[in-house]
Amino acid sequence: MILIKAFLIIIVCVMLLMPFLKVAWKGIVVFLAIVLNATLTSYFAVLTLMGEKFEFMLPGSIVSDVIPIRIDALSGWFMLIINLVFITGSFYGLFYMKAYREQKSKISVHAIALLLLHGALLGICVIQNSFAFLIAWEIMALSAFMLVIFENEKMATIKAGLNYLIQSHISIVFLMLGFMWVRFKTGSYDFSAITAYTSENPKIAILLFLCFFVTFAIKAGIVPMHTWLPHAHPAAPAHISGIMSGVIIKIGIFGILRMLLLIKLDYTTIGYIILFFSVVSGLYGVMLAIIQHNLKKLLAYHSIENIGIIGMGIGIGCIGLGSNNAILANLGFAAAMLHTLNHALFKSLLFYTAGNVYQATHTIDVEQLGGLVKKMPQTALLFLIAAIAICGIPPFNGFISEFLLYTGLYHWLQDANLFSLIVIGFSILGLVLIGGLAMLCFTKAFGVVFLGNPRKEFHHEIKEPPFIQLLPLYLITLIIIAIGVFPKLFINLLLQPILLFASNPFPATNTLQYNQDVLQQISWGVWGLIGIITLVFLLRKWALSKSKVTIESTWACSYTAPTPKLQYTANSFVRSYRKLFRPFLLLSKNKKEIHGIFPGKVHYKSVTYDKLEKWFVDSPIKAIKSLLSRFQFLQNGNLQFYILYGIIFIVSIICIPLIYEKFLGFIDFLKQL
Amino acid sequence: MLSFALIFIAGIFFSGIISRTKSIFSGRKGPGIMQPIKDIIRLFRKGAVYSQTSSFVFQIAPTIYFSSVVMAMLIVPFGQSKGLISFNGDFIFFAYVLALGKFFSIISALDTGSSFGGMGASREALYSMFAEPAFFILIGSLALLTGHSSFQEIFSALHLGSYITYALAILATFVLLMIAMIENSRMPIDDPKTHLELTMIHEVMILENSGFDLGLILSAGCLKFAIYGALIVNLFIGIFPYEYTIPLFFITQFLIAITIGTIESFMARFRMGHNAQFIFALTSVSLLIFFGALLILGKFI
Repeated sequence: MILIKAFLIIIVCVMLLMPFLKVAWKGIVVFLAIVLNATLTSYFAVLTLMGEKFEFMLPGSIVSDVIPIRIDALSGWFMLIINLVFITGSFYGLFYMKAYREQKSKISVHAIALLLLHGALLGICVIQNSFAFLIAWEIMALSAFMLVIFENEKMATIKAGLNYLIQSHISIVFLMLGFMWVRFKTGSYDFSAITAYTSENPKIAILLFLCFFVTFAIKAGIVPMHTWLPHAHPAAPAHISGIMSGVIIKIGIFGILRMLLLIKLDYTTIGYIILFFSVVSGLYGVMLAIIQHNLKKLLAYHSIENIGIIGMGIGIGCIGLGSNNAILANLGFAAAMLHTLNHALFKSLLFYTAGNVYQATHTIDVEQLGGLVKKMPQTALLFLIAAIAICGIPPFNGFISEFLLYTGLYHWLQDANLFSLIVIGFSILGLVLIGGLAMLCFTKAFGVVFLGNPRKEFHHEIKEPPFIQLLPLYLITLIIIAIGVFPKLFINLLLQPILLFASNPFPATNTLQYNQDVLQQISWGVWGLIGIITLVFLLRKWALSKSKVTIESTWACSYTAPTPKLQYTANSFVRSYRKLFRPFLLLSKNKKEIHGIFPGKVHYKSVTYDKLEKWFVDSPIKAIKSLLSRFQFLQNGNLQFYILYGIIFIVSIICIPLIYEKFLGFIDFLKQL
Repeated sequence: MLSFALIFIAGIFFSGIISRTKSIFSGRKGPGIMQPIKDIIRLFRKGAVYSQTSSFVFQIAPTIYFSSVVMAMLIVPFGQSKGLISFNGDFIFFAYVLALGKFFSIISALDTGSSFGGMGASREALYSMFAEPAFFILIGSLALLTGHSSFQEIFSALHLGSYITYALAILATFVLLMIAMIENSRMPIDDPKTHLELTMIHEVMILENSGFDLGLILSAGCLKFAIYGALIVNLFIGIFPYEYTIPLFFITQFLIAITIGTIESFMARFRMGHNAQFIFALTSVSLLIFFGALLILGKFI
């Protein structure tokens, strides 16, 4: 209890302190506050992972009733992820923001918003009162908005920020709807009322769940509710993109998991629904990621893909719960939760390295980059590790969670009926294609940005950021490798969160033994792989030391004097892919070809757009706009008219109930006749 | 361990047999069966030339490519004898370890900064992506059929089924053979001997490699063939005793090598634009196997 108060006091004090600090100190103080809060909350989180549960009752107010704070293993797991990403992110941000030091007031707002976001996210994990939850949710949405629009002098940034703000408020509408429904029916704000209500009315439960699902799906970026995500991520500063992709969209996943725990419903149906949306998200995300030429936008679409993979885990887990298949449930939820951590790690690492690239070159358009590996070898290596991890390739962490997912799918295969077999078939097909497409995407991204020759001459020196800025990146890399090499340790940590889901229908089944045995073997395999690579590498070194090694220019079939323009660009690298997947993509080209003997200046530009965004966002908005434009005469710019509208509004608010009453009286009178 | 040794031995002769078959069909005298291995040994002893554009990626990529193939070799079982590593879902590990090698070979091709490297890399990335679903669905249907989920258990249980399983095994052979061709960039997909770099996939990626590194890549290619050959053999041998299966292994590998040589002698390479469709069509053959497995299990009403 004291600790919770301390937590709130730290946030308030630092916020009040912020305007009085020097610019250089603002970041450091916020970082320290985040570290302090993170240690406080991690203490609880670690204890919950050991199997403890905490419950505090905050007195609250008349409006909100008592606010229960319940910390279980699920909150604990997500709190640890949030803390990890925030500590590394804010540390990285200290250095990333150095370039913006002149904008003092903006830095203050940014720092406060970051601290608030941390607090709000942790709050969402533990608060179990719908009123307080909504407030925390709103604080999160607003502070994230403030963080995204840091570079508000750019039109695109403001646009992306507003897009995010509007969409997150649409999600809040659904959230409020769900909470109000429960409150109306049960008269309680406590989350335990949701459980009580749905177990009495199982038929309505699914509708209530879908209401919450839409909320959290918008936050998580599940297709087709993903459209805010690819705009917001590139607009934000690098450390904010890392935090957004690492934890803000994960809070959507947390919400779905929390509601699955709270709402008692037909898990099988809901599992199939989640699985369907997830496979679509996964495929659609990666298909669009490939054609992006803005590095951060590419990463943003990959977040959608990875949310899809996490969702597949949740879907499989639900189906396991529904069909009383303990191993399936456990594999599905383990995959989902481990992948949540994994994605938070490698995606934030990718965004930070993209930030390094932006800092060094002032561009994240991949077509203008190239050959950075020689200028920034450490950044290149870190990006490479994260890229391999995100493709789900051993020996890194992405493979472990994808492996659990595959194991789940193949395990489900054994006792499935015809319908679920077809579902499994397409899920496996989807997952494999996601893996393959991710590989195409990241070989492109890494190859074009870091390898080959520079495609554009920069007039400033391109240099590696200082080691201390790379420190958090190395820390993340270390964890990425650790999960890849010792997966068993981390799956043990997940024991309690999984038991939350899987223990209810199956007490005392030691299903976790199943994945532990398999992961032990994987661990051996990965060690073997590392061993073989080292052995061959040493052999090669020994062989090369005996023979002559020369450095020459690239042979390329004796084509002398090549220019960097001859290299494959990102666009040409994916050309055949683009042709094959044309039906799913929306591309427009703007080009002028060579004509005549003395051709003038030619240009070629391709612009990509999101087909679903056009269908689900742009077209409806266009329709609404054309409808509303009929009423434009109301907005005529005369102040007198606006005051008149106000008066009409107030008068009608007062009069309508009165008239209605009179009307009822009149009806009664008629009936009496 | 047995499978490791057998695959190694088969790998030594494999590409020699292919080129010998081709030379016989084209009426040439041709090189001896051991020639490819002699070439590789010669390369191991040679010095190397590195492009000044290239970075550490180019240096380590062949090592990782070769190591990934060796690792994959360790997973493949032989009849009842397990691979060195065997667990539920080991085929996933198998496919993803090979993907690690592919990832590195693709980025090392981009590392040289030549347009040829980019060309090969782009094609390899696309085609290998299309080939993977076929493999996963194939193994998935075999897993469904046998009720197991590791290579060794699947293969040893496969034999116990009815005669229809053999029909499925023949379809599976076709799929695996085609995957082997794609993985090794052989004829219907890619022509290793073409004189125009523009039409190559794999060969154009390794254009800049030399010396020890090239030796590693070439030997990994030989082993890869033998690995897929071993998977095909495994479809049929089941629980027969070793005195039959080991000769059968070599005979099958020999036949596969001759088949590949024959295909290369009499077929032209597909148009590059049609490759993707062809490779993805393999997935539908895999789906056919999947539905075959459903039929056998009586899951169709």
